[in-house]
Amino acid sequence: MVRRCTLAVLLVAVIGCQPGAEREARRVAADTAPRAAIMPDTAAARAAAGDDGQWVRSGRDYAATRYSSLDQIDVSNAGRLQLAWSFSTGVDRGQEAAPIVVGGTMYVVTPYPNVLYALDLTREGAPLKWKYEPRPAAAAQGVACCDVVNRGAAYADGRVFFNTLDASTVAVDTATGRQLWRTRLGDINRGETMTMAPLVVKGKVLVGVSGGEYGVRGWVAALDAATGKVAWRAYNTGPDADVGIGERFKPHYAMDQGTDLGVKSWPPDMWRTGGGAVWGFISYDPELDLIYHGTGNPGPWNPELRPGDNKWTGGIFARDPDDGAAVWFYQTSPHDLYDHDGINESILVDLPWQGSIRKVLLHPGRTGFMYVIDRTSGEVLAADTFGFVNSATGVDLETGRIAMVPTKEPVTGRVVNGICPASPGMKDWQPAAWSPRLRLLLVPHQNLCMDHEGLEANYIAGTPYVGANVKYYAGPGGHRGEFMAWDPVARRKVWSIRERFPVWSGALVTAGDVAFYGTMEGWFKAVDARSGRELWKFRTGSGIIGQPVSYRGPDGRQYVAVLSGVGGWAGAIVSGDLDPRDSTAGGGFANAMRDLPDHTTKGGTLYVFALP
Amino acid sequence: MNARRLALLALLPLAALGPDARGAAPPRRVLRVCADPNNLPFSNANREGLENRIAELVARDLGAEVRYTWWAQHRGFFRNTLNAGLCDLVPGMPSSLERAWATRPYYRSSYVFVTRRDRGLRIRSFDDTVLQRLRIGVQLVGDDYANPPPAHALARRGLAANVSGYRVLDDYRRPNPPAHIVDAVARGEVDVAVVWGPLAGYFARRSRVALDLVAVRPQVDVPFLPFVFDISMGVRRGDTAFRAEIDSALVRRRAEIARILDEFGVPRLDGRVGSEARR
Repeated sequence: MVRRCTLAVLLVAVIGCQPGAEREARRVAADTAPRAAIMPDTAAARAAAGDDGQWVRSGRDYAATRYSSLDQIDVSNAGRLQLAWSFSTGVDRGQEAAPIVVGGTMYVVTPYPNVLYALDLTREGAPLKWKYEPRPAAAAQGVACCDVVNRGAAYADGRVFFNTLDASTVAVDTATGRQLWRTRLGDINRGETMTMAPLVVKGKVLVGVSGGEYGVRGWVAALDAATGKVAWRAYNTGPDADVGIGERFKPHYAMDQGTDLGVKSWPPDMWRTGGGAVWGFISYDPELDLIYHGTGNPGPWNPELRPGDNKWTGGIFARDPDDGAAVWFYQTSPHDLYDHDGINESILVDLPWQGSIRKVLLHPGRTGFMYVIDRTSGEVLAADTFGFVNSATGVDLETGRIAMVPTKEPVTGRVVNGICPASPGMKDWQPAAWSPRLRLLLVPHQNLCMDHEGLEANYIAGTPYVGANVKYYAGPGGHRGEFMAWDPVARRKVWSIRERFPVWSGALVTAGDVAFYGTMEGWFKAVDARSGRELWKFRTGSGIIGQPVSYRGPDGRQYVAVLSGVGGWAGAIVSGDLDPRDSTAGGGFANAMRDLPDHTTKGGTLYVFALP
Repeated sequence: MNARRLALLALLPLAALGPDARGAAPPRRVLRVCADPNNLPFSNANREGLENRIAELVARDLGAEVRYTWWAQHRGFFRNTLNAGLCDLVPGMPSSLERAWATRPYYRSSYVFVTRRDRGLRIRSFDDTVLQRLRIGVQLVGDDYANPPPAHALARRGLAANVSGYRVLDDYRRPNPPAHIVDAVARGEVDVAVVWGPLAGYFARRSRVALDLVAVRPQVDVPFLPFVFDISMGVRRGDTAFRAEIDSALVRRRAEIARILDEFGVPRLDGRVGSEARR
């Protein structure tokens, strides 16, 4: 604690050492300090340098900061934001994508049936240039676990790449809207779907599979951007050769060292259907030439059936983008008990850390811990809770292992009440944003606990069984969602906004120190990134679970865009018409969201805002 | 669509000849049923399953004809079918299911041990020590902490390492995806499989090698893990009068239902044990 205070004093001009005073002082310091006095984060600053006003991939830059260096919109004028134009996607399922902006065109991909629209930003009202319809197999809808979402497209070299729900990747020519190639990577008949946004690195399109709820064997793959040919594919369970583990693999912790742990840390053959899907975002460090991706939960959910650490599920891989070779791995949830995937994004920043600058990744985990990890080695520098956690007591920085609380372990037939966080974790897929100016991480997340009660009869394909009766509900404080700012150096929350529903949208932060996010009721909000003070809000047609972006239009003005349309796992009670009387629907999520239908209806509309 | 309508028309005269036909006055009553088109022995699109047969029996009793909505019995089945108003009746669901209202049960079956007769294993209970030396096939669902009860019973006895998992939701392009596990015993891929009775009974009869089926013990494992389930039809919550009609039809047709269950080799624990289970 003393050390933390000292560090903070060194880094920020004026600070008191009492926690309360510190918080106030920090705010004042941020409010009054001239912008240049705040230590820049070199990696992100580099990424932001020469900002061309485009937004070519979900995370904006390879570091996945979602930071826009545009500053026309700032804390003094954000209150005057107005709707510039809007566009209906024609699909009313959960809209999780980030619109992509390249030159004078915006590209928007919808949930299933995954239509890609190109909108002409150079003309008034941004009329449609073309649309491309991949027509994925309708049966894929029945296999998608948590609504039929798509998390967006990526652009490189005149092509837009995205995944279809029926497990294909497509490349579309931006000039003509015609399909250049289409590669089938998975099989919906085996439960494989694709929902993540690709990342294009060095001529390769990096993609991963969804379907951890259906017993798939998770993988990440690289496709040749020119031809669509699979360059490599690495699995996240099974023998080392399949996982891409070889001579270069140097995990930091002993628990991840050994031969064929992807086989040995499972009961015989269970790794074949062991999960470890890759449905979150991928980031890339060009200097280290490493990509970072999370791995999903192990299958089956019931932990009693899979004694062992269940490698390489529930963790983070660093891999070589050229051949997929694994360089390190860190497991946030060895032998996952709660569906606590490791798929949350890793944001790459360089931080002052105990007297030197460290290349780290920030990973707000489903477990409820904010991981600061050395991205060269996989060493955990810090793991602090960012909400109420009682399922684990901490992360041992010597061994890297999370310490679970045995009395909170879900055992079939045993009633376990008040497990926090619930299965969606403290934070799910919804990506955070990093302000290199303020050195704050803006994190949208949820505040949910769960009961794992008795047993309920169920059946599937004619086979009866009993399942745990799992119900989620609001955690301490009674709010279900939160949007907060985290200082990773001081290792604490700087401010926080409580929301009625989980904040299931992504975050955006700009050089004007304005942070944007959406609520599941449908409010799109702008807040002062330094203090959390609300600056502006706009009521969109449906709940927001999309990723806001900011770009410079052909007219030189700064715009902010977001998709509105509730859904996803949290919003399926509206988009999928779940029965609110069935508390276990949607894996228990429907119980926590039973009042959502009173606040919003389905939708699918793009909203674009600008100053008058 | 046309073909299906023609098929329905073709069935009309047959149905009208049923013993309790009351359908002299047009328009004839329609019994709207939701079922899986690819899931024998329960149902398929050719109406060859035991639940197809029982649904048609009930329809005949009510002077109605069956009209199907086909839907794979995966996640969201009740939400997308019965509770979306596509049909009024779902045959063959556990009586204790909360997603719909259950009619009175029309049979009770059990999970069974399936072994090759030539192995002479004679397994009777999850506590038989011989299980420690065997490869045991069980079905896995894969989410919501939920799996068929044998998986839990074996894990609790420290036998997780002996278990081979077969997916209930196996490759849907193949006929009757959940049947794969019975075949695995016949082929020797596992020494024993623990399978829901009706599934085991039907495919054991069609197996090239003789298979033995023995109802598992205990019937309810501690603290509360049942292996025996009553089976009902499902109606929408609140459909009181309709449920009463189905209930009476099920009672009236009890003997014919029993014959259908025998024909399909369904091992039962309600006084009528299927032939396979007796061996």
